[in-house]
Amino acid sequence: MDDVKTPTSEERKTALSGLGTSRKRVEDARFTQGKGNYVDDIKLKGMLFGDFVRSPVAHAKIKKIDTSAALALPGVHAVLTAADLEPLGLHWMPTLAGDKQMVLADGKVLFQGQEVAFVVGDDRYAVADGVALVEVEYDELPVVTDPFKAEMESAPILREDIADQKEGAHGPRRHPNHIFTWESGDKEGTNKVLDEAEVVADEMVYYHRTHPCPLETCGCVASMDKINGKLTVWGTFQAPHAVRTVASLISSIPEHNIRIISPDIGGGFGNKVGVYPGYVCAIVASIVTGVPIKWVEDRMDNLMATAFARDYWMHGKISATKDGKITGLWCHTTADHGAFDACADPTKFPAGFMNICTGSYDIPVAYLAVDGVYTNKAPGGVAYRCSFRVTEASYFIERMIEVLALKLGMDSAELRSKNFIKKEQFPYTSALGWEYDSGDYHKAWNKALEAVNYKKLREDQAKQLELFRSGKSRKLIGIGLSHFTEIVGAGPVKNCDILGLGMFDACEIRIHPTGSAIARLGTISQGQGHATTFAQILASEIGIPASDITLEEGDTDTAPYGLGTYGSRSTPVAGAATAMAGRKIRAKAQMIAAYLLEVHDDDLEWDVDRFVVKGAPEKFKTMKEIAFASYNQAIPGVEPGLEAVSYYDPPNMTYPNGAYICVMEIDVDTGVSEIKKVYALDDCGTRINPMIIEGQVHGGLTEALAISMGQEIAYDEQGNVMTGTLMDFFVPTAWETPNYETDFTETPSPHHPIGAKGVGESPNVGGVSAFSNAVHDAFKPFGLTQAHMPHDHWRVWKIAKDLGLHN
Amino acid sequence: MIPSAFKFYKPDNLQKAVALMADFGDEARVIAGGHSLIPVMKQRLTDIKHLIDLSAINELKGINIKENSISIGAMTTQVELITNEELFKVVPIIREASLQIADPQVRNLGTIGGNVANGDPANDMPGLMQLLDATYKISGIKGIREIKAREFYEGAYFTAREDDEILVSISFNTPTGGYSYEKQKRKIGDYATAAAGVILNVDNGVCSSASIALTNLSDTPVYCSDAVSMLIGKQIDDSLLSEVTKSCVEQSDPVADQRGPVEFKKYVAGIVINKALKRAFERS
Repeated sequence: MDDVKTPTSEERKTALSGLGTSRKRVEDARFTQGKGNYVDDIKLKGMLFGDFVRSPVAHAKIKKIDTSAALALPGVHAVLTAADLEPLGLHWMPTLAGDKQMVLADGKVLFQGQEVAFVVGDDRYAVADGVALVEVEYDELPVVTDPFKAEMESAPILREDIADQKEGAHGPRRHPNHIFTWESGDKEGTNKVLDEAEVVADEMVYYHRTHPCPLETCGCVASMDKINGKLTVWGTFQAPHAVRTVASLISSIPEHNIRIISPDIGGGFGNKVGVYPGYVCAIVASIVTGVPIKWVEDRMDNLMATAFARDYWMHGKISATKDGKITGLWCHTTADHGAFDACADPTKFPAGFMNICTGSYDIPVAYLAVDGVYTNKAPGGVAYRCSFRVTEASYFIERMIEVLALKLGMDSAELRSKNFIKKEQFPYTSALGWEYDSGDYHKAWNKALEAVNYKKLREDQAKQLELFRSGKSRKLIGIGLSHFTEIVGAGPVKNCDILGLGMFDACEIRIHPTGSAIARLGTISQGQGHATTFAQILASEIGIPASDITLEEGDTDTAPYGLGTYGSRSTPVAGAATAMAGRKIRAKAQMIAAYLLEVHDDDLEWDVDRFVVKGAPEKFKTMKEIAFASYNQAIPGVEPGLEAVSYYDPPNMTYPNGAYICVMEIDVDTGVSEIKKVYALDDCGTRINPMIIEGQVHGGLTEALAISMGQEIAYDEQGNVMTGTLMDFFVPTAWETPNYETDFTETPSPHHPIGAKGVGESPNVGGVSAFSNAVHDAFKPFGLTQAHMPHDHWRVWKIAKDLGLHN
Repeated sequence: MIPSAFKFYKPDNLQKAVALMADFGDEARVIAGGHSLIPVMKQRLTDIKHLIDLSAINELKGINIKENSISIGAMTTQVELITNEELFKVVPIIREASLQIADPQVRNLGTIGGNVANGDPANDMPGLMQLLDATYKISGIKGIREIKAREFYEGAYFTAREDDEILVSISFNTPTGGYSYEKQKRKIGDYATAAAGVILNVDNGVCSSASIALTNLSDTPVYCSDAVSMLIGKQIDDSLLSEVTKSCVEQSDPVADQRGPVEFKKYVAGIVINKALKRAFERS
């Protein structure tokens, strides 16, 4: 017999493709070959199509809806209006933020693009013709698109349905267009510190309205089977289980009779968290017609009507000693929520985690107040590739740091360093009440400054400034610094829920007799690569190669209950559940191995993919052997099979962080900017798959680039959407996307089973500040303190003009 | 994004296409590359009952380079304009300008005829054709006629072409001298914030002939005749080019849109025009 060499632990570990491996994405084979299965790929027998008649105006009474011409058209089966939905109690629906929202216009419209009627027909063509034939008479009302004007006495009342309600879902309302005031921190203490401070910087920072704009728009196929009473809905849902529960609550269909399936999803970025009128109308239409109904938005519908992001006016004051020690932070935010408060935040947080706005800094006292306001714009306010309002918070503090540095005459890199929470202060409780789990900000910051040669960058910048001042060049260089702290992984059930559903998540594992496995989770990948990374977590936990583990998500009939994928919660919450379920598998496997090896459980130790008898390495049972044994051995006191489920309620959020630096060259005459360098250092704790992390960072940075340099949802004063197509709504192509340098430090989360913190959203959070700060930095020598995003050509040109840089 | 119903025709010669146009009048439209027409149809901004596809008509295709002139069939795609080496040798500005139109996917289908005949002030080719002093050959039921590019454009989407006429080809004399087509846009695929084409012939530093045309700076392309007169016979230097630039900007009349307000566009127009003038001068 040949002498077969037993693989070493290291070799066996490598063979698993577990944690830390740049394993190739298992999803890509089908995506790159056009073999994905998206909602619009679903075709059912007898399926009809539905589409909306949308309001062309931003604010109007509806005098009349005449559907007769549409109904007379061959191929049109039905036209639903609010009057048809009212007997079912479905003409309005609850929002995730404690408000309610019209499903179809009930007497009035409140924003351009609002859903007025739902036309159902044989195919998209018949439906489009039907939509064109529905006649709606509008009686136009004054429009308000400015949240500050919305609260004036003279402002038109938008929400007549709640005009007299003095109390909203989040406390008192002071004006018919006021939604809530949300406060956090020590108001008096902060005011006192500001009053007595040596230096105070005071600035209004606007983070404009934009949109997640996933490549695949929102849509669904609803199919009511009247024989067995079961409703199945395939949809672009980032939270399928929550959708099932909400659908049951608002439709009165028992929850066990509803099956929600999220198939492949072409990007979500928060846009697919909410519940939209299209889903409700498709479900009702399927119940009415008895056949499946498909509804899929087009690009203009998506940009105009389904959830936007940001639109926060953040007024800040930051105080410090003369030598740059920050003493206090004050922020008042006016939040433009559009026509309905349909933000997707945990229930107790109407402004999300905006109170992470103390950022990476040790600020002794702080106060935040947020006022939500109705305007004649589309509802939404979702977390676009970030945890709830964290991008807004991070942008706010990173701008305030820059403004303070200006006031102090101090280099902002030094100001940051001077005020970072120190490594030894973790776990650190912020002035606004969050317990930051871990971090080493100084290490990351110093590494970043060295990597880009910060000193040299400043010298080069000064040389270019000299050329500019002497008339030899019309270009300036800006260096954009950003250090961010995210708060992700919502979240602990004690303070995080959505519509009363605790924000835990779950994983269920079944090991097959031959030693391969299936794992099901309560999350749903929209491109993040869960099937790749969760299998890696499990591979390391249970010693089965990642390639032998199937991952399944998104079918509420089979997956365990979880709150879905957004806010970078999949790794911190479902990833933790996966590790914990894996550990349960391993615990049972240990008992089985002990029985097979005829030793006590405690005499065994785990070695990569097997249990080994301590001190006798030749005696072992591999996971594969144990799996088979679990199906064919009658082990006293042990049930057959090898399965586990874990519902994980995280003890705390995780706090990914990072240091980003951007170098940008700006032409003051044309407003054109050229990105010269982007360096992004991320600390997301334990790194599961470095290649996927890098991909996530590239994607997030590109979205951050878009947002800061041009992407916006703009309205004119009449409430017309000015950016309704991809001609005007900026989505960068490869051409506009610069080269990215990525880097990392690794500070594991102390409370997460594998120490991972989540990364998908970090680059958007950190990136926007880096790009925007670069623009500001370029004009700093000429006295610029604040210029609102997006920094597109004409706005950058206007900065230069207002500073007198044009001849 | 679904157009209303229309009838589709694909005639295989020009005569049949012209006959169809004569039959249907303003209820018919020809379709070339479709990149302007299909989006407006899908948004139902226009209602076309009869759509006549010109892609099967061979006499509308091809680039014909003669000794002193060039003729280009209306159905010649932008990618053909870019990749034709012979054309590049004699009129390099066509490649320079075409490469700044939209993106490769659009240029694979987009045609020179569609680009010039649609009358969209944002299109690049109309300005370029005014720069080259091109002549458009147009066919209708009454026969064939010729119109100068500089006289073709009447307003946004309004041209000298009658509803039942079809653009057949574009011809112009082979230009000489230095050239440049400069364009500022927000991103790949965008129309110009401001764009300018310049051709300059210079003898011993003195301008002997010139042409300047602007794109997306008015409701039609702008041929800068005043500026051209300022150049001819003059010694070219920076200060003259500044004066010429100023004159061009005065002739522009841009409108505000998401690219920016009028003041910005005029300022950028000045920068773009001046760059084009300088580059054309360097190349002369």
